[in-house]
Order: sequence, then structure tokens, then C-alpha cells
Amino acid sequence: MHGAERFSAALNLQQTLILAVTLILTGLAVAFAFRCGLFNIGGQGQYIVGSVVGLQMGVWFSSLSPVPHVLLAIVAASLAGAIWGGIAGLLRATVGAHEVITTIMLNWTALWIASYLVGFGGPLQDPRAGAVPVTKEVSPGAKLHVFWGSAVLQGLHIGFFIALAALVVYWLVLARTTVGYEVRAVGFNAEAARYGGIDVARNYFLAMAISGLFAGLAGAIDVLGWQFRLDLTTVQTASQIAFMGIAVALLGRNTPIGIFLASILFAALLNGTSTRNLDPSIFKPELAGNLTRIIQGLVVLFVGADLLIIYLWRLRRKLKLGRPKAVPPREVPQE
Amino acid sequence: MIAPAETLVQLRRSRWAGPRGVAVFGIALGIVAFWLALPPVTERRVVVPVVIGAAAILLGLWAAYRGELRPGWGAVAAGILGIVGGIFATRAAVPHLDAVITWSALTAATLRFATPLTFAAIGGMFSERSGVVNIGLEGMMLMGAFFGAWGADRTSSWVGGLVIGAAAGAALAFVHAFFSIQLRADQIVSGTAVNFLALGITGYLFQDIYGNNGTPDNLPGVPDVHFGFLSHVPPQGLGTFLDDAFGGLNLMVWLSLALLVVSYVVMFKTPIGLRIRSVGEHPRAADTVGISVYGVRYAAVTTSGALAALGGVFLSLGFVHSFSENMTAGRGFIALAALIFGRWRPFGAFGAALLFGFASAFAPRLENVEGWANYGTLFQALPYVLTLIAVAGVIGRSIPPAAVGRPYVKQ
Repeated sequence: MHGAERFSAALNLQQTLILAVTLILTGLAVAFAFRCGLFNIGGQGQYIVGSVVGLQMGVWFSSLSPVPHVLLAIVAASLAGAIWGGIAGLLRATVGAHEVITTIMLNWTALWIASYLVGFGGPLQDPRAGAVPVTKEVSPGAKLHVFWGSAVLQGLHIGFFIALAALVVYWLVLARTTVGYEVRAVGFNAEAARYGGIDVARNYFLAMAISGLFAGLAGAIDVLGWQFRLDLTTVQTASQIAFMGIAVALLGRNTPIGIFLASILFAALLNGTSTRNLDPSIFKPELAGNLTRIIQGLVVLFVGADLLIIYLWRLRRKLKLGRPKAVPPREVPQE
Repeated sequence: MIAPAETLVQLRRSRWAGPRGVAVFGIALGIVAFWLALPPVTERRVVVPVVIGAAAILLGLWAAYRGELRPGWGAVAAGILGIVGGIFATRAAVPHLDAVITWSALTAATLRFATPLTFAAIGGMFSERSGVVNIGLEGMMLMGAFFGAWGADRTSSWVGGLVIGAAAGAALAFVHAFFSIQLRADQIVSGTAVNFLALGITGYLFQDIYGNNGTPDNLPGVPDVHFGFLSHVPPQGLGTFLDDAFGGLNLMVWLSLALLVVSYVVMFKTPIGLRIRSVGEHPRAADTVGISVYGVRYAAVTTSGALAALGGVFLSLGFVHSFSENMTAGRGFIALAALIFGRWRPFGAFGAALLFGFASAFAPRLENVEGWANYGTLFQALPYVLTLIAVAGVIGRSIPPAAVGRPYVKQ
């Protein structure tokens, strides 16, 4: 490869990995709740809360030295995400409110509150921006270090390693700790877990809070890693990426390696169809972006349909050997 | 366990008597406390809402003490909200109040906001009552919104839009049905996938067909229905109110109300409804008596798609008269919430849709209060916060159909 090609290839890979960081973390947010038998559609809200808190922590405390400053911003944002997710967990644990409803409501609540904060005349709007609804920029010390590529051209930041670490933490917590054991037990069968002496309500709360923690972390890393400031469009559209975490978790089957691979796939799809990478005269980026969504939908659809494989398998047997392979019907427990 | 007939009668009687009834009365008092401070009554003394709100709190506390925890605390919350709202309203200037609270316009707007939710929630009811979780309502609405607009554009008539929109929603629902019934995929996974598909398909076609110009301006819309006689209803004030509130509503608003009654009758008073519900509660038993579980579920899910799509058609052809990408903006999910909130019953879901519609209609008006214009965006969160409080406080646990979410394996 020549220099220029090499350069643009590196740039594209950096962009893909930056997107993958977000997808890994929002995927983990969905996956962790899934393991507890909960469906966290609230990644979007938890992500927004995380990015607003992360941003503001990055703007304040500019006198701190870089490492504590970044840590402070990240921890505060993760906690904010955990609280936002924890509300849904708490409601599920105490009054039994369905987490699908509560997380959706929390998503929109977070979206509008953030729009107010960031928007024109809002408390976080940069006074120097005039009529433009945009916040102040994160202070230089709080920006994540870029270790590959140039910081000006949005190179790959160390958030990538944080995401990788999060994958390991996810596995460790689920596979090697009491909390993880209990969460999985509740996810397998809440009644059996209760009978076994596990506090189901407590685990619902914990699982949602930890889920929210991952999503909040994603918000903080994005804002400290490459967005640096928030505007209305970022709040209202970029958070859709958080929604893609659902597809990532489903395709990755809630396993760390699966989530990693799935997020690379979706990140590449997103990056490859972005306005920056497509020549509008060849393929309109708006069309391509929607094609990505269709592909996403198809992937999720077919991932869910494992029985389709068995059907196809049987069909092949039938055609080749003339007799269907006996597949014992899966027994679905009633009650 | 079968309860003897007397017990059932007692249960029914005791449901509203005693602490529970008192708590509901308390909730009503809390609302009245706020209402009195608003036009047309416009009570200006702070004492009135405070005293009535305090009464609501006391009743709630008593009910909570007597064991009716949730309605009791609901009454306490209503009382506090009544006092706070009442104090705010008595402090505000009368012209401001009149600008915010116009009951007739609020009623009309509430119904308008509730209509798409009603369609989708009732659609969802058919699906979920038959035992198939339908998280894809959002996508089905979106299909209806786009294909309704496209169909109306192509056939140059709104009827064509209605039919094509509903068919598109039904087609998407059929995909969901095939994967979740035949292939026994996880219904939530399949529903999520269907949402992505709808977002992509409508977005792609919209960009491809209409591009940056958007849907044509002369899109044939669903007509409004005018009832001239309403303004002649005897007392002058009532007549004007009725005319303003109900005189110029869109045809589809009335359709949604009709659908409400029809779906209630079908679901709870006919053999078809009994079949749907039995398949959703105990598919094996239904199978044993000769009901085709797959057949019923296919029909129910496809119907739900068509109904949800009608909600989408209302958005594009009855409400804003154009289509834009992802224009449903989460309404399908809210309809799902309304369905769960309304305990999988048509009137319950409609009530939840009305609550949500009222909050949506009310919130933008708060901007008219002097000095509050800046908080405009913040008020948009109000419907969601209210729903959250309502779900958490008053309603709580809803019990879904027993077999919902479980694939059925034929034997």
C-alpha cells in the first residue's frame, strides 16, 4: 500500500474502533441486564446522563492534573449512569414496575433534560456561543490521551483500553464473583433463585445499576475522547448509537468475546456508510445509512432464529438421504 | 382454586368500599385541589387548594395505614401535587392561566395526542393477549406512517393511504409472527429486529423516492369531521366548549374510539376473543380443545401490525401531513407502556394513552407562562416523568397473560 492509502486506511480503522468503544460499552449495558433476565432498553438515557455529567466534570475542575481529572469525570459519569439505571432497577425490585416501560420513560426524560441543559439559554450552554446551542469545551487536561493517529484528526484514544478492560470486568464479575453468580441465577430462574435464598429484588437493582454504569461510562468516554462538547444534535442523534447496544448484545450472545466482535462489525458498518466515507455521486450516504439499519435488523432477526438452522439442516438431510433427521421437539415448560 | 360465588361477590363489593375507595377519593381530591385554582373556577385564595390537598394527604395516609399501600401513597402524592400546583396557580396572573388552560383546546389536543397511542396499544393488546410480546409496535407504526403517506401520494386518496399503510404494518408484523411463532425465536429479539428493519426500510425508501424535498405538500390527508350542531347545544358555554373540543377532530380520532369499543367487545364478549385469550393464557389447553394455537397467534400478531400501522397513518396523514424519518419517535414504545399500564385491557390502555396525551398537550402550553419560556424543552419531559410516577406509584405490578413471551411447541 502506498502512503496515502495507508494513511486513510489507518484513519478509517481509528474511526471504526472509536465507534466500537461506544458499542462495546452500550452492548455490555444491555448484556449485563439480560443475564439477570431484564431487558435494559435504557442504554440511551444512561448514556446521555453519563455524557452530560462527564462533560461538566471535564469543564469544571480544570485546575486538576490530567489523571485525577479524567478519573473524576469518568467515575462521576459512570455513577450517574448507574443511578439512572438503578432507578429502573429499584422500581422493578420494589413495586414491580416493568423495566421496559421505566427505562423508556427514563430515556426520554434524560433526552429532554439534557436538551434543556445543553440547548439555547440552558445552564450548560457556552455563553460565548451566542445563539448556537453548544456547551463549553472539556478542559484540555480532561481529554483522553490519543495513542494512535493524530489528536487533531480524531485519532484512537485510550478509551479503547477502558472498553477492553470493561469486557474483562464484565466476564470477571459474572463468572467469578458472588454478585455475578446471583445475577445469573436470577436470570435463569427467578423463582428457583428466590427458593435458594437469593435476594431477587436486590439483584434486579444491582443488575440495572451495573448496566447503567457501563452505559454512563460509554457517554463519558465519548465526550472526553472525541466529542469534547455537546450540542443538541449530538444529544438527540448520537445517542441512537447507544440504542445499537441492543443489537450488539444480541449478536454477541451476551458473551464478552461475542460483544467485542459484534461491536467491531457494527462499528465498521456505521463508519463505512458515514457521510465522510461515501462519495454522494456513487451512493447517497443517507441511503447507505439506512441500508446499515436494514442489515442490522436482518442480523438480529436471524441471530434470534436458531431453529432456522435446524429446519435447513433437516431439509438438507431430506434431500440427500431421503429421510428426515429426528429432531426432538424442545420442551417448553408451562408455568 | 375456584372461589365460591359468595366470596366473588364480596370481593367485587369490597373492591371500592373501605380503605381502597377512600384512597381513590383522596386521589380525586388532590386533583380537585389543583383544578379549583385553574380557570374557569380560578380560585385565588391559597387556603382552598392547601386545605383540600391536605385532606387528600390525610385520607391517603389513613388508607395506607389500613393496608391499601399503593392507592394510599398515590393519594398522598396527588395531594402534594394538588397543593404545589394550587400554590403555583394562585400566584400566577389570571391572563397567564387563561393562556395555559383552555380546557376545550386541551381536550382536543389530548385526544389528538392519544389517538396514535390508542391504535398501537390496542394492536399490541391483540398480539400480547395471544401470547406474543410485540416490542415491534414502533416499527409497525413507522411502516404505517411512511406507506400511508406513500400510498396516499400514489393513489391520490387518503383511503388508499390508509389501506396501504395498514397492509405494510401487517406485512412487517407477519415477519415478526413468522420468526417468533414458527421459528420460536425470542420474541423480544425478533421485535427489536423488526424495529431496526422498519427504520431502515422506511428511511431508505423515503430518501430514495422523496429525497431532500420531502413528501409532497398536497398529500391527501384524512379529513376532519365537523359537527355543526354541537355549538347549538343549549347552555351557550357548554355548546362552545363541545364545539371547540369535539367539533373539528380528525376522522381517525373517532375511528380510534370506535376501535376501542369494538376491540373490547371482540376480546371479551365473543368466541374469537376467548380463543385469543385462551391461547395466550394456556396454549396447551387451547390446543387440546382444537384451537389452532399457531393460527390464532398469526392472526392476532398480523392484526396488531395493521392496527399499529393505522396509528402511524394518523401521524403522517391526519396530524402533520408529511413524513419524516423516524417520525414515530418512540410512540410505539409508549403505546407498549400504555398497554402494560392499562393491564392489557382496551379501556385501561386508552386511559393510559389519555394521561400521556394530556401531559403531551399540556407541557408545551407551560411555555406561555411569563418567565418560563426558557424551560420549554424541559417541560417536554413531563409526560414521561408523569408516566414514570404513575407506573411506580399507583399502578405497580401488572400481571401479563400467562403464556406471553413463550414460544409454543406443537405436539
